[in-house]
Amino acid sequence: MKLNELLEAGFFRVLNAGDDGDKELTRPFCCDMLSVAMSHATAGCVWVTVMGNVNALAVASLTDAACIVLAENAQMEPAVLQKAATQGITVLATEMPIFEAALSVYQFMRNSE
Amino acid sequence: MSEEIVLTYPISPDDFTRAGEASSDVKQKLKQMGVSPDAVRKVAIAMYEGEINMVIHARGGVITVKIAENAITMILNDQGPGIPDVALAMQAGYSTAPEEIRNLGFGAGMGLPNMKKYSDTMEIQTTLGVGTTITMSVNL
Repeated sequence: MKLNELLEAGFFRVLNAGDDGDKELTRPFCCDMLSVAMSHATAGCVWVTVMGNVNALAVASLTDAACIVLAENAQMEPAVLQKAATQGITVLATEMPIFEAALSVYQFMRNSE
Repeated sequence: MSEEIVLTYPISPDDFTRAGEASSDVKQKLKQMGVSPDAVRKVAIAMYEGEINMVIHARGGVITVKIAENAITMILNDQGPGIPDVALAMQAGYSTAPEEIRNLGFGAGMGLPNMKKYSDTMEIQTTLGVGTTITMSVNL
């Protein structure tokens, strides 16, 4: 499944649509500690987190994550969002807790297999 | 790639908004050179962790990246406080990062272990009150 399909499914608000809509999704991934995410996030993952700071963008970019999903209504500052736009990183947001957000991605990916 | 390419990055102290820019730049360049995605990922993770450590603990420093035919070498040099107990610092989960750093999502005590895990060789030279030089290489 491609990232664009997840965006179109409408589970999450789109804060920034990056330039990698054709990216193949691999799995949902949940983590808020950046060093742990850095070493365990895999390329193409849908990274669900409450960390919306500029360093989260660096982790998403360096690990080739497909997108960031900000759960629990976690915020991303306008300056950070601007940086996401510059770097072409897709950022989504939801009120859902981390587990529910990741579960909805997981089920959506499974159902479309 | 017959000649060695050398890149140098000054790392600003206490600037978390810019931390990661050097690693991102190296990642981009390696991709453009056609380095394998696996090696690019290893370099990006190892260097990012080093970069963050230098910002948190060492008031910045300089990272030199050497790209040769068979390996990428990263030399992280700082004039920070030095590491009092390297073996302890290498333990996963051990961290001296202050509370405000933890609030940013760091300080899990995974920095040095990740650097070791994602590089093929890693050497730490540290002197208290003088600084630390960490040399990591990733084989191509």
